[in-house]
Amino acid sequence: MAELDTSGGGKNKGGKVRSKKQSTRVDLTAMVDLAFLLITFFMLTTTLAKPQAMDLAMPDKEKQDQQELTVADNRTMTILLGADNRLEWYMGLVDNPLTPPQVDNFGRNGIRKALIENSKKVIAATGDPSKGLIVLIKPSAQSNYRNFVDILDEMKVSNIERYAIVDISEPDIQLLKRDGIYK
Amino acid sequence: MPRIKVARKSTAIDMTAMCDVAFLLLTFFILTATARQPEPLPVDTPASTVKFKLPDLDIATLTIGQKGKVFFGVPGQPIRRRTLELMGEKYQIQFSEEEKARFSVMESFGVPIGNLKQIIMMKGDDRLKPGLQPGVPLDSVGQRPSELHDWILSARYATKELNNVDMRVSIKGDSKEEYPSIEKLLGILQDQNINKFSLITSLRTGDE
Repeated sequence: MAELDTSGGGKNKGGKVRSKKQSTRVDLTAMVDLAFLLITFFMLTTTLAKPQAMDLAMPDKEKQDQQELTVADNRTMTILLGADNRLEWYMGLVDNPLTPPQVDNFGRNGIRKALIENSKKVIAATGDPSKGLIVLIKPSAQSNYRNFVDILDEMKVSNIERYAIVDISEPDIQLLKRDGIYK
Repeated sequence: MPRIKVARKSTAIDMTAMCDVAFLLLTFFILTATARQPEPLPVDTPASTVKFKLPDLDIATLTIGQKGKVFFGVPGQPIRRRTLELMGEKYQIQFSEEEKARFSVMESFGVPIGNLKQIIMMKGDDRLKPGLQPGVPLDSVGQRPSELHDWILSARYATKELNNVDMRVSIKGDSKEEYPSIEKLLGILQDQNINKFSLITSLRTGDE
């Protein structure tokens, strides 16, 4: 496509030396290609680089004492976050769990299965979709921030509407120690 | 019989106009893109599946990493300036006009208020040296609330005063940060009745 004007030239009959006339047109195709590539790159990176924000609402500290929530223990599932990116969960109360405490992993094949299963079971037992599963998340001192975000993310993924972050209690720590995910 | 000849035309198109437009757009995008500010405390944010973009304005960022170091930052130069003035009143420290101007362009910082002047007068690159800034103190001294508490409170006042909106708080934590330091930070926020905050995460790419 590069055009070079080869006309002109001719023989110098008059003896005058004439410079060859050349076209000033340059092939711009490659330049346009490059420019559009850069545009695409900048457009994509500017919108994708924005960080994501996960909203988290905590219960009010002061109001909590006035109305102590009474929660049916067959609807509650407690998740304890332990060391080494592991967790442990049980239904009901710690001294009288309805299901034996179970050590599990994060992710699709771990806690998500348990969450979805339990959620279905609770809705079937109460017979009312508005009375679903209530999850209590208790992060221990040896869990890290990633575990915390992961478990909140699992709540969103498995559509658990009611969950709370609760301080861990001594019996829960004993349980984690017994199962070797707390040192 | 003479055949009708179709005039042969060159397939070359004049690309000049297209090139102009492309470069115009390119210049526009480069100029409007905000350059990513270097952070004094680099953190590796955990991934999540949430797809909600963080707003740009009226949201303070608490960066936490490296064993409980907390850095505080709030967007908007007038807000930063007003925050510093309020903090100066509270701690009886006089800040000069120059110091205020320099502070208002600082993206975030992590020093006790006693050392703040020193950091303000440093050059931008020196400020970012790792290990230089020890983090905003989280512990309360006697009856006095912690410095971070006061910073957040001042920033909230400043935002309300200047923009007439409630400031929001976001937490940007390092993946490996242990939970007790996060708990401490949440405690400070809840002490001033901030019960709703945003956790900054990066987008999860895998399916796990």
